[in-house]
Amino acid sequence: MSAILMPKPDERVLARRDAIIAGLAALLPPEALITSEDERRAYETDALTAYRQMPLAVVLPQTTAQVAAILAFLNAEGVKVVARGAGTSLAGGALPTADAVVLGVSKMNRVLGVDIANRTIRVEAGVTNLGVSAAVQHLGFFYAPDPSSQLACTIAGNIGMNSGGAHCLKYGVTTNNVLGVKMVMIDGTIVEIGGEALDAAGLDLLGLIVGSEGQIGVVTEATLRILPLAEGARPMLMGFQSAEACGACVAAIIGSGIIPVAIEYMDRPAIRVCEAFAHAGYPLDVEALLIIEVEGSEEEIADLISRITAIAADYNPATMKVSQSEAESAAIWKGRKSAFGAMGRIADYMCMDGTIPTGQLPRVLTGIADICNGYGLEVANIFHAGDGNLHPLVLFNANKPGELEKAEAAGADILKLCVEVGGCLTGEHGVGVEKRELMVHQFNTIDLDQQMRIKTALDPQWLLNPHKVFPLEGRPV
Amino acid sequence: MTSILLPDSEAELEAIITEAAATASPIAIHGGGSRDIGRPVQAARVLSTQAMTGVTLYEPSELVLSARAGTPLAEIEALLDQNRQRLAFEPIDYRPLLGTHGEPTIGGVTASNASGPRRIQAGAARDQLIGIRVTTGRGETIKSGGRVMKNVTGYDFVKLLAGSWGTLGVLTEVTYKLLPKAETETTLIFEGLDDIRAVEAMTTALGTPFEITGAAHLPGALSQTLLRFEGFANSCEYRIARLRDLLSAFGDAEAVRDGASADLWRAIRDAGPLDAGEDDVVWRISVKPTDGPAVAARLHAELGARYFFDWSGGLVWAAIAGPADGGAASVRSLMAVFGGHATMIRAPHGLRAAIPPFQPEAPAVTAITRRIRESFDPAGVLNPGRMG
Repeated sequence: MSAILMPKPDERVLARRDAIIAGLAALLPPEALITSEDERRAYETDALTAYRQMPLAVVLPQTTAQVAAILAFLNAEGVKVVARGAGTSLAGGALPTADAVVLGVSKMNRVLGVDIANRTIRVEAGVTNLGVSAAVQHLGFFYAPDPSSQLACTIAGNIGMNSGGAHCLKYGVTTNNVLGVKMVMIDGTIVEIGGEALDAAGLDLLGLIVGSEGQIGVVTEATLRILPLAEGARPMLMGFQSAEACGACVAAIIGSGIIPVAIEYMDRPAIRVCEAFAHAGYPLDVEALLIIEVEGSEEEIADLISRITAIAADYNPATMKVSQSEAESAAIWKGRKSAFGAMGRIADYMCMDGTIPTGQLPRVLTGIADICNGYGLEVANIFHAGDGNLHPLVLFNANKPGELEKAEAAGADILKLCVEVGGCLTGEHGVGVEKRELMVHQFNTIDLDQQMRIKTALDPQWLLNPHKVFPLEGRPV
Repeated sequence: MTSILLPDSEAELEAIITEAAATASPIAIHGGGSRDIGRPVQAARVLSTQAMTGVTLYEPSELVLSARAGTPLAEIEALLDQNRQRLAFEPIDYRPLLGTHGEPTIGGVTASNASGPRRIQAGAARDQLIGIRVTTGRGETIKSGGRVMKNVTGYDFVKLLAGSWGTLGVLTEVTYKLLPKAETETTLIFEGLDDIRAVEAMTTALGTPFEITGAAHLPGALSQTLLRFEGFANSCEYRIARLRDLLSAFGDAEAVRDGASADLWRAIRDAGPLDAGEDDVVWRISVKPTDGPAVAARLHAELGARYFFDWSGGLVWAAIAGPADGGAASVRSLMAVFGGHATMIRAPHGLRAAIPPFQPEAPAVTAITRRIRESFDPAGVLNPGRMG
């Protein structure tokens, strides 16, 4: 049924399943090893649910030492390992294969220390994204990257995919907010990279590790930057009758010297669905809606809003509304953050994640509409407009034969368009399996070969999450 | 006599490196030659990027700029200034400290992962760098990242190459995100605080939502502790008033505005307050901020080091006169105690050849670094040994 192919499992590994499980059992307490079919089923897919595959076994270690023992053993046995946080990857980053062991970090979920004077927190990698902020909120701090899945997704997964979120326009993405990690290499070696200082010695290995999609090592602990909470924050809604006017308004705001904390964009279909779900007060009679959030003191917020309002006036907004209460602000964000879930109630969808130069927004929106029309599919657009990160949701009906394939083809065409206008395939979700075969549109063979050489240098047998990121063709043998 | 290679295209650069790799002839890589830092490279030839110049893309409304690696930083900063924009990471100019005379290039800024006082808020070059083109030791030119603000497509070689000091490849083109210039800036100066109190004041300030963009402490007979505010005038005034209130226990603070404030931070950026003597060895030490005073006190007690703090205590600049090893044994043993890392930024060539100027890494990390370096530069011809 699916267009993305996974390689045939290694029969030699499947044949040794009992021995491999016995070997793992010798290294782990019984509750850390999952072998029954029923229990393994929870790990057969992630948030790219069109694809699923029962793994050989699942391990849920509780310590770095256990992770090291598991990896050393599997490396010696030549068995593949798929590291998994909460399984919220939209790109199939945690999709297993039948001959692979899933290594879940969810049991490693302790906060190890908070250092307010130095503004850092040390956590085990299975702590959830929101759990980090929750641990420091009472002290007036938060952790900045805020992917939509933040309630469930783990720091391990955030580091693997270099996750972003709606508020990274001002605060950066994961890679800008991680100071150090403890990581286990495939041979079981435990390394500490970075630390508590702003700079680390030597090559920027941390920069390489963040976003390496679980292919270089398994991160078990991390030191993260925490930031003081703003005194206040307020979203405003701004509706426009055309995408062009809306895009030009975003450019003018940013060009004026104001960097709001977030500038989110929704088109008409997305507005309708999100409003029906969250009752956020979104205007239903506009083509494009911006949620712009500013923060600071009451006076600073008022000042920024009046500056933004003055700039926007040149672009004839059809509606302009500033949140008047905490409840209203919460509803505005609930609508945006639950957009994917709300859309899922009315249709199946493929969520794309390309980034484009912001000046190309009108052209790309027209292109997306044309592409989806061509396949006879509907599309709803939700973007991080400030940084050009697009999330077109290509809607389809999974029960209709051929529709998933059509949606995937439309999605691929959209991402190719993003690359064509100077952008990229993925802004924050990662390549995973989903965009693996599209990599050749963004990179040439020389580019990809050098990336794969690094994979080979650090994981010679290609055992760590191997069937992701790079096209299956052209890999080193 | 060292010969200087000046390729003006990627094709020419590829040919030079391919030939160097084939004949195992090391090349020293230079931008403008203003950062003579690290272990001196033993190479018969110098390759400079100075013939690869020019801004190739500038979209002010999209806050993005690309330039070929040899483009002078000054040219880029002048262009951005016309549009009231800037490179937010405030790259240090090493010339005053090192006594060098070259023209700093954007490639050199990138290869050294330069930063400045705004590091605490805007990060270093690596945090604003979004795309690179680089010719590796294999003589192949590859790209990573691009010109868009968010990009997680493939491994992040953008970060890996920032701060690789020409040891993995020769950058040919870099792309940075930009930020608008602040409308105003003001610095609050507290006087007479000792190091520990000063770091307490600075870390307290950085724990507030009042967006400090610089936090430095200059010890002395009458010490100065500086906090910088940038932004719209009314917002700055508000934040300053709140901070004065919160830090009232640390005394009154004088406010220095705009041009005068900018002059202060330019000097701090370039390690000016260290006022290093001609023969002093200069160290740049990165620790967690609250460890700064203890590290500095030990260096002062053991070696008579002079020092000042940036990054709210997290960056210690230290000048050491006297010991034959430039203080390396003491500095390294302190790093073993406190964590963090130290770079011997300025020392005679002989000393930098004898003692690794960059912080030695744990063996397991060294092994990773070595494998990465072999992958990019298998013949080991690009700035061999520079990072120790």
